[in-house]
Amino acid sequence: MSNIPSELKYTESHEWVKDNGDGTVTVGITDHAQDALGDLVFVELPEIGKQVAAKDACAVVESVKAASDIYSPLSGEVVGANDVLDGAPETINDDAYGEGWIFQLKLSDPSQLDDLMDAGGYEQLLADEG
Amino acid sequence: MLIQEHSRPGRRATAQAPLATPDPAELPPARRRKQRAALPEVSELQAVRHYTRLSQQNFSIDTHFYPLGSCTMKYNPRACNSLASLPGFLARHPAAPESHSQGIMACLHELQAMLKSVTGMHAVSLAPAAGAQGELAGVMMIRAYHDARGDHARREMLVPDAAHGTNPASAIMAGFQVREVPTGRDGDVDIDALRAVVGPQTAGIMLTNPSTVGVFDRNIQAIAKTVHEAGGLLYYDGANLNAILGKVRPGDMGFDVIHMNLHKTFSTPHGGGGPGAGPVGVSKRLEPYLPIPLVEQDDDGYHWLDEDDRPESIGRLTAFGGNMGILLRAYIYARLLGAEGMRRVSEFATLNANYLQARLRAAGFQLAYPERRASHEFIVTLKKEAKDFGVNTMDVAKRLLDYGYHAPTTYFPLLVPECLLIEPTETEPKEALDGFVEAMIKIRAEAEHEPETVKQAPHHLPVRRLDDVRAARQLDVAWKPAASLADSQR
Repeated sequence: MSNIPSELKYTESHEWVKDNGDGTVTVGITDHAQDALGDLVFVELPEIGKQVAAKDACAVVESVKAASDIYSPLSGEVVGANDVLDGAPETINDDAYGEGWIFQLKLSDPSQLDDLMDAGGYEQLLADEG
Repeated sequence: MLIQEHSRPGRRATAQAPLATPDPAELPPARRRKQRAALPEVSELQAVRHYTRLSQQNFSIDTHFYPLGSCTMKYNPRACNSLASLPGFLARHPAAPESHSQGIMACLHELQAMLKSVTGMHAVSLAPAAGAQGELAGVMMIRAYHDARGDHARREMLVPDAAHGTNPASAIMAGFQVREVPTGRDGDVDIDALRAVVGPQTAGIMLTNPSTVGVFDRNIQAIAKTVHEAGGLLYYDGANLNAILGKVRPGDMGFDVIHMNLHKTFSTPHGGGGPGAGPVGVSKRLEPYLPIPLVEQDDDGYHWLDEDDRPESIGRLTAFGGNMGILLRAYIYARLLGAEGMRRVSEFATLNANYLQARLRAAGFQLAYPERRASHEFIVTLKKEAKDFGVNTMDVAKRLLDYGYHAPTTYFPLLVPECLLIEPTETEPKEALDGFVEAMIKIRAEAEHEPETVKQAPHHLPVRRLDDVRAARQLDVAWKPAASLADSQR
């Protein structure tokens, strides 16, 4: 069974979102997503300062099986990107919810956070996808 | 061992020796090498042995069952190659005048007509030199059509999520934005989702039918109506044409443009990265935009149609008229088969796929679309085996090599987890299909009782399991001479 931390929010496209409490959020991909992709070999990070809208493709992760877009869960400005992933993409496989974070956003509208799924909703989504 | 590692200074093969030594002074100094290129120095016999040994290590359709889904790895009759290699064809210069090229132009003209007839399209150009180039030509014609009408807002190309990766790439290259359309649970395009996204911005849709999930989209008429009513055009990716050859015609399904991969469906071995041939067929309204040259016939014989005859053409895609060897093999293949033979191709391709699907299902393998009849290919998902035995699709694929079968396509399409996309093609006898099923059953038993055997496969090939993760992370494909060799070549 996948690890789904209860303090995070989730998207249907398998990103997790952590509310940093200061108008910014940290974004990564879920344990289920890294497991389905397999060993990651490349991560393309978004540029700092880039404006993104919710559901925009803004990063790419590539494994030996497939390349997948990472979608911005919310609208805002990219204020951080995890440079560690440039040299060590496997960090996402090792620690998807911690050291393997991908980017940080300064939200244009923090109330959008309420639109995301909680851990229970995401668990249900995984069960439905079977 | 690499050919460079056989190298010894001064060894020569006369067959490859240049007839004249060009004068380096003719090259600008900035373009001249500062060091000698590290080319292998071997005898002719060493070169022959090296490459013969490599070819013996290969899996190929001449030696093994090769059910690589979406690739149509079928047997290509030797006769097609022999006849396409007649000296009159091989020795013809591409710049020879029309009067000296009437024979080959007659073949090309007849091939245009046969491809029109089998696809139901109004006109065909043989110019594109690859499937991807055919795709690009197709979407460029769609763009030219909208632009000629002043319909500049149509900038969005719809692509189902089950499409080949080349489809969105071609659309982007032609200047479109891509919008993805989801696939429903039954494998057909989600028609409600399609209706929700079409509009005045829709340039067209790129569809493969049967699709990459191995089923024929039953809603094709509704899809055509929806896109046409919105003012868009329909593009048919001919990747899976083998499944419907002589049975259903893309022109009759309502498609406006189609590309065909002659290098898989029409008797050229494929899978080696080229060369290819990707002719395009169009409906009447797109005819002015066809890539040139085209072959036309009148009372005086055959003529090339060029820029002067087709001023609205999207232009030339190669220096001459496409890849002649492949076009000729396709012509001969089509003549050998005839209309009746073409129908048999799709009938046996579909029969073989459905037989294999039924036997694997009976053996307990899980199908991705169990309610659907297979087209020429189908998908098995090893989700359950991965969960129960910890043996994944790649492990099973590698173990199949030990049993003498090239693995089916793995992990594609992306929307089915742990999948094998299996395409047996029409040229395999029943015994080969039965042998494959037996191997799959044995491998599943191994996965259950001795999973390490499967996880560490292959065991009986010249090369063991490669570390594909390390290969991707530390890409190293350039050979560098060892110190001693480099010294001796200085």
